[in-house]
Amino acid sequence: MAISNKPIVWGPFAAGGTITAFLTPVLVLLTLLAALGHVPDLLAYDRLHALAGHWLAKLAIAGTVFLSLWSTAHRLRITCYDLGVRADTLVATIVYAGALAGTAASVVYLMRI
Amino acid sequence: MSRKPYVRPMTSEWILRHSRYVRYMLREFSCLFIGGWTLMLVWGLKQLAEGPAAWAAFLQWLTSPASIVLHLLTLGFASYHSVTWFNLTPKALPLQIGEEFLPDGAIAGAHFAAWAVLSFAILFLAGAF
Repeated sequence: MAISNKPIVWGPFAAGGTITAFLTPVLVLLTLLAALGHVPDLLAYDRLHALAGHWLAKLAIAGTVFLSLWSTAHRLRITCYDLGVRADTLVATIVYAGALAGTAASVVYLMRI
Repeated sequence: MSRKPYVRPMTSEWILRHSRYVRYMLREFSCLFIGGWTLMLVWGLKQLAEGPAAWAAFLQWLTSPASIVLHLLTLGFASYHSVTWFNLTPKALPLQIGEEFLPDGAIAGAHFAAWAVLSFAILFLAGAF
């Protein structure tokens, strides 16, 4: 059987598509409310800091960040191909590395909370 | 021995050839906004880790006009992505019961209902009301 890495890149993409479909609009709504001056209780420093201090919340946040960024990376890669960019290996390396770097940064910051 | 495979030239003008291609590309471009907002979230985590003053600065940046415009665009694109994603669920998760397949509307509808309940619950728990 031919060996393919497609399931490895596609699995997190599908999971990320699903999690962003369910979560991103409402989370954007929360920061939009804060942007409009109506800061939701959750975004008060003490409450958010206490929540993000729990290991389970850290895991959930890091997982959401990874899946969202990976999903974005995969979409960007496919979109580049659709737009006529044929340097797929280069594009894939850049976007997936970016997603992993963003996830790593979120893990570092979460460890400091 | 020389090998010169023919590479069909491809440009991006096809996008505008049909409205369904435009809608397809709009959905694909939603990833820029969803990814951009996620990077903003990572920056927010950094500010949260640095202390109350840094977090206050983050909340202050959120109120800038650029942030408000980006948030509105992101909300629109992210919602469009959700709608297209849930509309595809009957294709991705067909459910057969006995001889019959569950109608497409029931599968997509269940996802839309779950999305609404989850969004409302998160807004409520976050004290947005």
